Order: sequence, then structure tokens, then C-alpha cells
Amino acid sequence: MTAAAWTRTAIGAALLRPLVNNNPIALQMLGICSALAVTTKLDKALVMAISLTVVAGLSNLLVSLIRKAIPTTIRIIVQLAIVSSVVIMVDQVLKAYLYEISLELSVFVGLIITNCIVLGRTEGFAMQNPPLISFVDGIGNGLGYGLVLLAVGFIREFIGTGKLFGYTVLPTVYEGGWYVPNSMFLLAPAAFFIIAAMIWCLRTWKPEQQEKG
Amino acid sequence: MEHYLNLAIKAIFIENMVLAFFLGMCSFLACSRKVETAIGLGIAVVFVQTLTLPLNNLILKHLLEEGALGWLHPSLAGLDFTFLAFIVFISTIAAATQIVEMALDRYFPALYTSLGVFLPLIAVNCAILGGSLFMAERDYTFAESVVFAIGSGTGFLLAIVALAAVREKMSYSNPPRGLRGLGIAFVATGLISIGFMIFSGIQL
Repeated sequence: MTAAAWTRTAIGAALLRPLVNNNPIALQMLGICSALAVTTKLDKALVMAISLTVVAGLSNLLVSLIRKAIPTTIRIIVQLAIVSSVVIMVDQVLKAYLYEISLELSVFVGLIITNCIVLGRTEGFAMQNPPLISFVDGIGNGLGYGLVLLAVGFIREFIGTGKLFGYTVLPTVYEGGWYVPNSMFLLAPAAFFIIAAMIWCLRTWKPEQQEKG
Repeated sequence: MEHYLNLAIKAIFIENMVLAFFLGMCSFLACSRKVETAIGLGIAVVFVQTLTLPLNNLILKHLLEEGALGWLHPSLAGLDFTFLAFIVFISTIAAATQIVEMALDRYFPALYTSLGVFLPLIAVNCAILGGSLFMAERDYTFAESVVFAIGSGTGFLLAIVALAAVREKMSYSNPPRGLRGLGIAFVATGLISIGFMIFSGIQL
């Protein structure tokens, strides 16, 4: 295999592996905090997923660019500074163009800073790899996160209100339709149960993920 | 006085950091296998939260907010640095945990051996940063931020100790293979969360 072809497969793998086989939320159990909090509505989940993908990609790229200049003893602080600068940028863009949604997301955009996926990738991948592949790895992990976020958001908004992206799919009894919405799905406990069910399905499908004892 | 008591009860029970806002889930799940570790992490969170949240409040009110720099020079009164809040908050938290770690190591070695391992974890605990961000969003005064810090930290302590106690008992049970470990921990958290929802009916 030529060097160029090898790079191309490596980049493809960096992009695709986090989507299914090594999904950051479902398999590595990283960054669940925000995954649960912003999934009551699909549009919130979508904006959050895009923001995190941008932050993960850009901070991986920036960390990777200066990885040889970062002293190992203070690398976490340097990474935190880079990540928070990118998050500030994203937050300003959201406030300027999507003000309503940024109000609903409230503190959770800021909490991308402490999202384990972003720090996990800058520390575990970008510190050892060249810029381009690190950028793609960040995007891939962001997309994997987004996939789970949208799945949970779909379940919660659909069952909880009978709507998708705010448009009525199942007309509820309150609007003269037939569907009785289960608003339990909009509350915090349901999010825990959905994640538990997802873990159960995934680990039945991939038994090597099961825990002993 | 009543106002502060209400705020504390709200922070501990009604708006529990973990069970209502899902903050600090990573360390919540990772450190809840044993009650002892859970208590250690919980106390460390209360400690760091009570230290950093009022500190961030002071920085926000006296350095970052619009007009806050007026005391330096009248021409600086129009400056608004609130957009820098994220990076300032996280730096304060990282620095505070570092200093606390070094101070404990030097003066209280016994406490350091029991809490020391958790302190680096806490710098990236969303419950800590989340507390500071809530403080900024809800525009708390200094006194309110102290009460909120203690309350939200205690809420985290309560939730993690409760889950650890449940998980210790659960090691004797026999759940389906796929649910073992993490899956059943999520189910237990959901049930505890339902339990805490009864507090949301309280009118303060």
C-alpha cells in the first residue's frame, strides 16, 4: 500500500470508528452528563451535537499543532485553555445567531469544556498525532456523540410530546388528536432509563463489552 | 435568613446537581462502587465547590461584569468581559484544586492520602464548573453564592453516597448479563432520581 493510500484509510478509520464500533458515549461512557440534559428536544440535541463536533475538531487540531511545544507537566491546563477558548467562540456564535436555543441550552454549552470526550481526545489522541488526522478524529468523535444524542432526543421528544423538531407527528389529546403523551420521558429519570436500556441492547449485541461480576 | 435556607434546600434536594441536571455523571458513576470512596469524593467536591464558587463570584462581580472595572479608572467602566467567564472559571478551578492538593500534602498528610486521588479528577468535574456557571446565569450575590456552593456540593455528596450504598448491596444480586455494572447503576440512579422528584412539589 502506498503512503498516500495508507493515510487515506487511516483518516477514514479515524472518522468512522467512533461512530459505531468505538462510540464515545455508548462504549467508552464519556460525556454522558450533557447527553442526558439536552435531549428533551431534538433541536436542542442537534445544536449541542454540532457545537461539540466543532469544539472537538478544532481543539484537537490546535492541540496537535502545538503538541511538541507543550511541556508535559502543565499539558492539562494548556489543553483546558485551548478548549475553553474554542468553547467561548462557539458560545458567542450561538448567542449571535441562535439566541433562543442558546438560552435553553443555558450552562451546557459552557460545560463542553469539562466534557470528557473533548479532553479525552486531546489528551489521548491529539498529543501524539499530526494535525490533519487529529482534526478528523475530533470530528468523528463529535459525530459519534451526536448520533447517540439525536437517538435519545428522538425517543424523548417523540414519546414525551408526540412531536419531532417541534412539528406535531402524533396529534395529542390536548390538541384534539388521539395520542396521550407520556411526559415522564421529558423528566430526568427517563433519561437514565433510556441510557440503561441502550447499554443493555449494545452489550447483548456485543458480549465482549459485558462487565464481570 | 429564610431566603438562604430556601436556597440551600433547593440546591440540595430540588435542583440536585446529579439527579436533576446530570452534572458530574462521569465521576459519579466511576467512584460509586464503595461507600468509602464515595464519601471521600463527595467531601472533596463540597470542599472545592465552597472554595471556588464564591471566588468565581468575586471575580465575576469585580473584574468581568460591565462596569465592574470602574473602580480602576472611569474610562474602563464601559468594558464588559463576561464572555471571558468560561476560561476564567476553569482556570480558577484548576488552580484552586492544585493549591488545595499541595496544601493538603504539606499540612494534612492523613487527609491527603484519603482525598488526594480525587482532587485532580475534580478539576474537570462538571458539577464544579456547572455550579459556577449557574451562579453567573442566576446572578447570585456573594452570600447567596456561598450558600449555593455548600448546598450543591452537599447534594452531590448525598446522591453519590446513596448510589454507592445501593451498588454495594447490588453486588449480591444477579441482574441480566448485559445490564451488569454500568447498566444497572443507571437504573438505580433513575430510581433515586424519581425518589428525589417528590421534593419538586415543595413550595418555597
